[in-house]
Amino acid sequence: MNTLRKVSRRRFLQLTGFTAGGLVLGARVPGPGALAGVLDEATGSALNIFVSVRADGIVEIVAHRSEMGTGIRTGLPQIVADEMEADWQRVKVIQAQANPAYGSQNTDGSRSVRDFYLVMRQMGAAARTLLETAAADTWGVPAAQCRAREHVVHGPGGQTLGFGELAARAAKLPMPDTATLRMKAEADFRYVGQSLPIVDLDAMLAGEAVYGIDVQLPDMLYASIERSPWLQGKIESLESDAALAMAGVVDVVTLEAADGAPGFNPIEGVAVLAENNWSALRGRDALKLRWSASAHSEHSATQYLDGLAALVESGPGEVRRERGDVSAALERAEQMVRATYRTPYLAHASMEPPVATARVAAGSCEIWACTQTPQATRKAVAEALGLDVDAVVVHVTLLGGGFGRKSKPDFAVEAARLSSRAGRPVQVVWSREDDIRHDYFHACSAQHFQGALDAQGQVTAWLAREAAPPIGATFDPSVQMNSEGGLSQTFASVPFAVPNLRIESHPAPAHVRIGWLRSVYNIPYAFGVGSFVDELAHAAGRDPIAFWLDLLGEDRRLDFAGEGFNYSNYGRSLEDFPYDTARLAGVIRTLAERVPWKQSLPAGQGWGFSAANSFLSNMAVASKVEVRDGQLRVLEMHGVLDAGRVINPDRVHAQMEGGMIFGLSLALNGEITFERGEAQQSNFHDYPIARMQQVPPVIKTHIMPSAAPPSGVGEPPTPPVAPSVANAVFAASGQRIRELPLGKHLDV
Amino acid sequence: MKLTVNGTQREVDCEPDMPLLWALRDLLQLRGTKYGCGKGLCGACTVHLDGQARRSCQVTVADASGGAITTIEGLSADGQHPLQQAWREHNVPQCGYCQPGQIMAASALLAANPGASDDEIRSTMSGNLCRCGTYPRIHAAIKSAQYTNAAVEKAEDEA
Repeated sequence: MNTLRKVSRRRFLQLTGFTAGGLVLGARVPGPGALAGVLDEATGSALNIFVSVRADGIVEIVAHRSEMGTGIRTGLPQIVADEMEADWQRVKVIQAQANPAYGSQNTDGSRSVRDFYLVMRQMGAAARTLLETAAADTWGVPAAQCRAREHVVHGPGGQTLGFGELAARAAKLPMPDTATLRMKAEADFRYVGQSLPIVDLDAMLAGEAVYGIDVQLPDMLYASIERSPWLQGKIESLESDAALAMAGVVDVVTLEAADGAPGFNPIEGVAVLAENNWSALRGRDALKLRWSASAHSEHSATQYLDGLAALVESGPGEVRRERGDVSAALERAEQMVRATYRTPYLAHASMEPPVATARVAAGSCEIWACTQTPQATRKAVAEALGLDVDAVVVHVTLLGGGFGRKSKPDFAVEAARLSSRAGRPVQVVWSREDDIRHDYFHACSAQHFQGALDAQGQVTAWLAREAAPPIGATFDPSVQMNSEGGLSQTFASVPFAVPNLRIESHPAPAHVRIGWLRSVYNIPYAFGVGSFVDELAHAAGRDPIAFWLDLLGEDRRLDFAGEGFNYSNYGRSLEDFPYDTARLAGVIRTLAERVPWKQSLPAGQGWGFSAANSFLSNMAVASKVEVRDGQLRVLEMHGVLDAGRVINPDRVHAQMEGGMIFGLSLALNGEITFERGEAQQSNFHDYPIARMQQVPPVIKTHIMPSAAPPSGVGEPPTPPVAPSVANAVFAASGQRIRELPLGKHLDV
Repeated sequence: MKLTVNGTQREVDCEPDMPLLWALRDLLQLRGTKYGCGKGLCGACTVHLDGQARRSCQVTVADASGGAITTIEGLSADGQHPLQQAWREHNVPQCGYCQPGQIMAASALLAANPGASDDEIRSTMSGNLCRCGTYPRIHAAIKSAQYTNAAVEKAEDEA
């Protein structure tokens, strides 16, 4: 089992680009030469792979990560501009095509700033160094006496030259040595730490921003695809005459899928190609299709979850982390608490569904897509068409939301295969129904906990057992046990100072494509852990926040040594990013000071609390709810985040607001079920996402001031929300809900 | 078929039952109006038809052909509609995809009911989904625009 897991983990990393770290700089700053064609929108003199300067002074900065709403297309260039002393008003941001020269472009895992903060500073410093050197050469003075400030280099005798005037000369200089780059003092930061408006704001408000669905090429066809309703079904019969006879329909094309791991491969389907979306959709409705059964065509989510719950309650699983003697401590317990929690499958449902446009011509392919992962898209398309990766160009549009769905390039592969067949550019537009029925679903889970309390109400044993289909199964169907990376998301990495602790797993074979969704396994596991801590606190007759702080114990850096668990730390070393319980305790204490946690409330109202460390950040959430006549209303949500240094505070607040609302949405409403292998939900009427009326009128966010390295922002606000709301429901009503979504038990 | 869009008469060659959404996007290249669900559930495709907010995925070209259609591209000449300004002031968008529909829904609401209460705003705007969760800022921006409008009207009354 261990060997299997290791092999598939390596394959998983290779397939997903989920490797740690950003762009590793060599001795010299990477020059622009390695990037022929990549900076095709840039018109200035290139100073390195991220920066070019036009003669008119406009500084062009490459955004190599995908913009899906986090503000990253602003945040990373804002670091470069600051370090190079560019005037933000004269900066133009250019979106990178897929190219490994930029390092990882896989915009996922809340790691754009974490992995590239230093690299962006180095790129800015390198560009500034070249401009200063060019000025020094022009004036015949030592470069050390020349200083760039606000788009101008100043010489020792008061001379000045603008960036635009220096650009051509600077671009001819050798790349500077990375070791000798002079970096700005942090006290001199002009933009880092400032809430600059996002660069796409005006275009978004005018309806001019270009998303994947807005690409339009001459002679382009639109494709709508009917896919197998269950995993690995094949086309058994197809009648397409009626579809072909419809106005605007050009062709009907089958897309066969190979057997084996789902990976990033398209699901088997039948595409209707038409002159416009409406014709494609109508043609598709006229298809007559039968699908063959598969090993997954009897999958029932209810039965499956019942099975997982029975498994985790039935007995020991494989031990994943252990210290002390849990069994003995449970036997000695003054009071024992046990509970089983369930969380459902979820779909991403970004407002823009997956859409990709492909233009395949002799021996080459161009893709335009709302992709989170341009390089994996390029590789997947090249493999599907039998092309060299160099023959595939991937243009990245804005993403109308991503949340992990658009990390999987199956939709771009569909477009490429269809364009290849049609001999014309093709845009594949997933309908909302396609998006919800054929997602890479977020894993469901069952979790069972047992806790021992002594006579003083101290926790002496923590036993936690889980079963959840692993993401790894999407890439290797033999994987049935969640990985260490998966368990490192709150479940096995619990930071509690309990003397006896055991974490166990049971296998959960996957029957649907399992993917990652904003904060990934932290969603189910933070619900289980955060609910169970609350149950223990109540059993001990303690205040839940004080109880949390007690459980964390003395401030310390966790190393998990000698407990048999290889904590993944989101791919970063514990030296660079320690798991410091003082910072988790810090957000909890700060939150407790900011909310009237102990106020006396009318009957039917209550506060709930939870906290989680995820993506190297710490987040605490308190929610106030009212439960009346079976109706749940969330009245307030408060969040405190420690994410280290923040680049653009307004965007961090926005991610906190949005991440908490995302968490609330899934807590109240989120559930995908399957019967006979088919997803039972299809659109926003049966897979509701939170509407304005469900969102509390009071949402307050606080960012802990910090000069620690930037950790993660996009995902950490989500995990503590569901347990905080469920705990508040208990405080308000005495009803302990151990199953998400809460909407199954209360009107929401 | 003829459509009057943003004050200009346009000709579209399509079946009369084509939803206005696809005619705007695919035939007239007005791509600020977004597809989100195709069922009138999310509001991403909201436009004005004779001043009323309508889900363009639920209006056929035939139904729209007699009326005056306004899309996000035609809401203001320069992107300075009071709501666009308020959206800027509050940095509302995250991914931005749903925002044209949000702005079109909010502008129809304020045109019909300039003093809409908090509850009326929440009720009307609950027809428009935002997966990024920009609702608190949408609400705040609409309130800002109301204050600005009220101040402008007051100044005009006094003048």
